[in-house]
Amino acid sequence: MNPAFSVIFFTVTAGAGYGLLFLLAFSRLGGLAPDISPDQIAGTGILGLVLVTLGLLSSTLHLANPRNAWRSFVRFRTSWLSREAVFAVLFYPLSLAWLVVEWTQGNVGASATLGVLSALLAVVVLICTAMIYASLKTIRQWNTALTPVNFVLLAMLLGALVFLVVLAFLDLPTGPLAAVTLVVLCAAALVKLVYFHWIGQPQGPTINTALGFTRATVRLLDVGHAADTFHTREFGFEMARTKLVWIRVASVVLAFVVPLALVAGLVGAPSVGHLVAAAVSAYVGVFLERWLFFAEARHVVNLYHGAQRT
Amino acid sequence: MKLGLVIDLDTCVGCHACAVACKQWNTSGTTGPLTDTDPYGDNPSGVWFNRIRHYEVDDYPNSKTVNAPMSCMHCDDAACVTVCPTGASYKRKEDGIVLVDQSKCMGCNLCAWACPYGARELDEDQGVMKKCTLCVDRIYDEALPVEDRQPACVLTCPTHARFFGDLDDPDSEVSTLVRERGGESMMPELGYAPVNKYLPPRNRTPAPVVEKAAPPEGGTGGLLARWMHKQKEAFDKLGSGAGGPSSAARGASASAGHVTMRPGGVSGVTDSGTGGFDSGLAGGSDGGRPDARTRDGAAS
Repeated sequence: MNPAFSVIFFTVTAGAGYGLLFLLAFSRLGGLAPDISPDQIAGTGILGLVLVTLGLLSSTLHLANPRNAWRSFVRFRTSWLSREAVFAVLFYPLSLAWLVVEWTQGNVGASATLGVLSALLAVVVLICTAMIYASLKTIRQWNTALTPVNFVLLAMLLGALVFLVVLAFLDLPTGPLAAVTLVVLCAAALVKLVYFHWIGQPQGPTINTALGFTRATVRLLDVGHAADTFHTREFGFEMARTKLVWIRVASVVLAFVVPLALVAGLVGAPSVGHLVAAAVSAYVGVFLERWLFFAEARHVVNLYHGAQRT
Repeated sequence: MKLGLVIDLDTCVGCHACAVACKQWNTSGTTGPLTDTDPYGDNPSGVWFNRIRHYEVDDYPNSKTVNAPMSCMHCDDAACVTVCPTGASYKRKEDGIVLVDQSKCMGCNLCAWACPYGARELDEDQGVMKKCTLCVDRIYDEALPVEDRQPACVLTCPTHARFFGDLDDPDSEVSTLVRERGGESMMPELGYAPVNKYLPPRNRTPAPVVEKAAPPEGGTGGLLARWMHKQKEAFDKLGSGAGGPSSAARGASASAGHVTMRPGGVSGVTDSGTGGFDSGLAGGSDGGRPDARTRDGAAS
């Protein structure tokens, strides 16, 4: 699949925002960030909403006809993209209401309820985004339960690292959140490595099932078009295997190894600088991971263009 | 009603006439234009509802060229409709045709991602998705003579490899063809239940194997070749006994009407007078399968 910048930026950045808001709401219940003031909660929440909004704006850039984007709410019953749009829009009033209650130190019960609902909705939006990809049987590398798990865990990882940076800047204790971050980091790394292994297993349709000739070899003689087409541009992305492996290594090191070393204090006690470096490194690493998510996905249309398998 | 196409992979010659007729009809029809970008330049690209690809199935000498025209399969369980967030993609209840309402499409490409057959193409100029309509603006047009109320691709096909009809009706021409010729779906394992069916190539006797003619006696062959030929002849005589080189076998093969194809393209009954290995060089009476040579050789 063609790795489109707008979609990669959207899923990574909005993911970080949803992760941050989830952990912020969760921290109010679980004591992840003790001593945080109402102003600081509101400020952190706004930061999360800014990240979410930047991502969602970027997502409209890949639409060929964005004037009709408002129509994307109508097929809620069948389309994951429609569900994502509905829940992403619902998230704003709910999370804003929660932040206002927190900021004005209103009813504790109301703030807890709205906080829990916002946190749940953040995860629901992340799952809907991932299911857009995971529901496509035409792309076997996406059509797996690992896809939503991966999207949610990486969003939580980025959100946790941004939250850590915020807490460190505000001179608040980071210990409990750092522990949670390390757990999320290890889980996300494990799921990603399982995914890399899993997509390496041969499976799915072949050129034989694509054409119905399953008892003999089939090879393409002529693809029938002299220039590129919508399909070759959208689905025909190719890159040398060795290059992809190096990008995998870079993404794992930047997204998991470097933040692990910095947050766990393997290279000295984690200072503000260390945490900023960890967050930036993880963002770049997850960006590469999301790029690979597209670059390594092979659509079955490639079988008709001569690929023997996906 | 389940309208769809049945395409005969046996008779399709891959001429692309169906694609051209489709482009012509639909670019000026209700779904048009089928925008082209850089049509007279180095990279002429554009929207097509129908594309033909050419494949080779199996290996020589059993290989066959298969031309595969592909357009929308109007799937029973159309994933493109399921994933569409705006309601622009829909499948008509009355006849099963999958269509795009261009005024609702936001150009997110998700339907093209969900389609395994490459049936949907984005018109990058208009920003909306376009696809085969089964010539919906033609098949119901009562101003046309009944025989013209068919998709443009079906009408134009010079080898009559395309058929249009109701695949829900077991007695329709298309259903009968599918039943009698063993029509199949493409990539059925994804479970989208494509309505369009493809008739596989018929089983037929393979073409006779082209063999080199034996070097003529004292002809232009090299010294070594002529010597080898003499040794073979001597060897044949050795084993044949008093009755000459297996005259009975020769008679039998001649009456069976051996067909030989010489490089020049001449075919006819073998000259069994040369006997022995020479008769073996001809294709067998069973249609010139490669193993015919061994069998004949053993017989003589």
